[in-house]
Amino acid sequence: MGEIITTGNKGKTIRSDCFVTFKLKDSGGLDILLESKVEVMYGNANRKLAEEVLHFFGIQNASLKIEDSGALPLVLTARIEAAVKKRVPSDKEFLPDLLPENRYTTQNDCNRFSRLYLPGNSPSLMINAGIHHPDGIILDLEDAVAPDKKDEARYLVRNALRGIDFYGAERMVRINQGERGLDDLEWVIPHHANLILLPKCEKPEQVRDINKRIDTIRKKTKQKNPVWIMPIIESALGVINAFAIASAAENVVAIAIGLEDYTADLGIQRTKEGTESFLARSMVVNAARAAGIQPIDSVFSDVGDMEGLKQNVLMSKALGFDGMGCIHPRQIKVIHENFAPSTDEIEKAKKIVFAFHKATEQGLGVVSLGTKMIDPPVVKRALNTINSAVKMGKLIENWRETYEQV
Amino acid sequence: MSKYDKLVTNAAGRIVPTILNGKPAVPYMGIGKFKPTGRKAAPLIATCADYPDDGNKVVTDLKDALVRSGLKDGMTISTHHHFRNGDLVANQIFDIAKEMGVKDLMWFPSASFQCHEPLTKYLEDGTIHHIEGSMNGALGRFTSNGKMKGLGVLRSHGGRYQAVQDGEVHIDIAVIAAPASDPFGNSNGVNGPAACGLLGFALADSQYADKVIVVTDNLVPFPCIPWQINGNLVDYVVVMDQIGIPEKIISGTTEVTKSPDRLLLAEWTAQFCNEAGILHDGFSFQAGAGGTALSIGIYFADILRERGWKARFARGGSNKYLVKMLEEGLTEYILDGQTFDLEGVRSMRENPHHVNTSPFTSYNYHGKGNFASLVDVTILGATEVDVNFNANVVTHSDGYLLHGIGGWQNCLFAKCTILPIPLFRDRIPVILDKVTTLCGPGELIDVIVTERGIAINPLRTDLIEKMKNSALPIRTIQELKAEAEKICGVPEKPKFSDEIVAVVKWVDGTVIDSVRRVIV
Repeated sequence: MGEIITTGNKGKTIRSDCFVTFKLKDSGGLDILLESKVEVMYGNANRKLAEEVLHFFGIQNASLKIEDSGALPLVLTARIEAAVKKRVPSDKEFLPDLLPENRYTTQNDCNRFSRLYLPGNSPSLMINAGIHHPDGIILDLEDAVAPDKKDEARYLVRNALRGIDFYGAERMVRINQGERGLDDLEWVIPHHANLILLPKCEKPEQVRDINKRIDTIRKKTKQKNPVWIMPIIESALGVINAFAIASAAENVVAIAIGLEDYTADLGIQRTKEGTESFLARSMVVNAARAAGIQPIDSVFSDVGDMEGLKQNVLMSKALGFDGMGCIHPRQIKVIHENFAPSTDEIEKAKKIVFAFHKATEQGLGVVSLGTKMIDPPVVKRALNTINSAVKMGKLIENWRETYEQV
Repeated sequence: MSKYDKLVTNAAGRIVPTILNGKPAVPYMGIGKFKPTGRKAAPLIATCADYPDDGNKVVTDLKDALVRSGLKDGMTISTHHHFRNGDLVANQIFDIAKEMGVKDLMWFPSASFQCHEPLTKYLEDGTIHHIEGSMNGALGRFTSNGKMKGLGVLRSHGGRYQAVQDGEVHIDIAVIAAPASDPFGNSNGVNGPAACGLLGFALADSQYADKVIVVTDNLVPFPCIPWQINGNLVDYVVVMDQIGIPEKIISGTTEVTKSPDRLLLAEWTAQFCNEAGILHDGFSFQAGAGGTALSIGIYFADILRERGWKARFARGGSNKYLVKMLEEGLTEYILDGQTFDLEGVRSMRENPHHVNTSPFTSYNYHGKGNFASLVDVTILGATEVDVNFNANVVTHSDGYLLHGIGGWQNCLFAKCTILPIPLFRDRIPVILDKVTTLCGPGELIDVIVTERGIAINPLRTDLIEKMKNSALPIRTIQELKAEAEKICGVPEKPKFSDEIVAVVKWVDGTVIDSVRRVIV
């Protein structure tokens, strides 16, 4: 009976987490020991909750030690559940309430300028992620989680999807590669995730496998909300198959490129200028456009270099990308500001869109600006620019009411 | 003598004693309600006949100086905190007192730090009877556990000056550690290995104490220029190898925060000031030393630069960021109360626009005005705030004394007081129904900025009106409290006994609240 199970994190720099040591016993009832930084305020509540979780899983005799650095209830229960299930497998789940404000769905073509990576086993980074208003948050079960923590991270990510308010950000999860990734979906799909990031995608079959599993889970759990897929291209083979991947299924709404792994696959260094990945980035952009979905760029890893990030974003936008990943909340603002249409672009677009509406109202088939005729694709691009500017708060929605044609 | 006696309910509804360590005190009556009468305290008249003609007041060592000053049981000994956690002098005073068998001293520091933890043993053995000043870290725990023999008294920097000036506290011996001094006792904080900028917190001590000892590790020939402390007020000069540890004199909180959450608070605070019209050409501000406050200064600087504006003055706590603003012409003056880093020290030494101030000029409420109320906006912290905007800075959420008041209470008199604080820290909500310890009345606190919304005090209808169409998330303080409790759960309160272990003074010397013993 005596195997000791541990989950969670502890240490000087750990906050909003707890470290759980669990040991099943033959007799003696439940022995719960709590050492908490917030003993005065939440000690009693935590002990009660711990007991509830153990009872829920039918644990009669065990010792449970919790070293608490201010874990929220949904973190505490995730840690205890993970520890218990390592020892006593069970189909039951101790679920926090799914917040009503977490039941939103997202559009296939919603803004995806920024998506913030959050390591799937670090609760302290999740709690306030939404206040920085990224377009999306990624609860990462893959590379940001140590191999021996991958199981327990699933419980935390599940509880975060249910109980943490991300204030309207698209709620994404990056699953693992292969079989583990398919299994990850069991912890994710029933809990109202909006989008699944599929790492190291090289073939369209991978997308189909994921979708097959998603469908099974959705049927089983009677989920109706749409689940989008964003495959990440991270290898030469992925680049070559980019279009097939981009058009593999209806719910693939974007493809992203991961340059760290891509350059490693090619056996070359990743540089700030990015010459070495120009082809790959262009391939992803073209594949996405050909499939009618969003091309998304890689992350910029130097979180201290805001000017470098800005240049990177401008380059990325010029190549045709619609967004990029970020690894620190401070990157969000720079990404939004520079992906968003510039004042010049907005002014030009306003002229065209205004002329377009005027032409439509007058029943004219041709849009013209002065003596110049405007082609339909130009109008379409201008409409996109205006939509984007409105979404970014750079232009009021009813701008045409006060617009004076120059 | 009992620690305290005669409890009454003061104007803030708090139960406070009116006898503190055997001396009478006035309960808090409301802001500006207590009117002092009479004349200020005065030091003894001295004569040059008693001092060496050659101006050489150097004595053998600190013990010699303390003996010559007549150190005996029951005296009040004062020190300043310009060396912060790098102070090497205060502990030595009490080592000597212990060695001499002196008992029941009152330590009257302008603030205490972690480095003063060894003094708990003298509180235990009776060398020190009690502390009036601040009780941080281990000293706070000791006090909160009810182990101190006397009643702790917490005062603001301005309140400390007021207490000395009004004769509420009589200093028998002031020990002033000085980074530079001449044998006459003229001394300053800008030169020498322990340079700390200025010595303003020791001003009252030099003016009102019976005996004044200057301790230095950098004796220069007369005259020591500038003389921030006037040698004509000094009895003895002591030279020792080292009076402070330079790297610990630099405050630990003088780096801009890297925390994205805190940067968001800073950004919103600056944006709030901008949109509310608080920021304008010629405005003034005070930002403390915390990482968030420092970042706000940087955001202010960005806005000023963009608009082509400059501040008329910035109140310090100075640091490299404020110095940069001064040197870039974004503020015309720094009015400095304490220097937090070596850039601040250098600037004060070199730049006549970086001006040395004191608790007398900046904070003393019993003067003919003070600078704090002239400031357009002041940015402060708090450990707790309540739904009536009252705030606490001295006790932690577990009930233990943790911080001193510093200049916090004094700064509340600025035209606008903003507290940027996280809505919860490691699950500990910051907004309560009622603050554990009342340090600042809500009527002086205008805006609370949290990462989940900004609450404006309903009394500030002008600010509410100005921010009506703001894109910033303006919410009520009740909404913010509810949101924190939804995320963290409703916290239980710490348990206290009825026994009072310390009191908090308001800026006018009245007693605003009591701190009670924590039940473990």
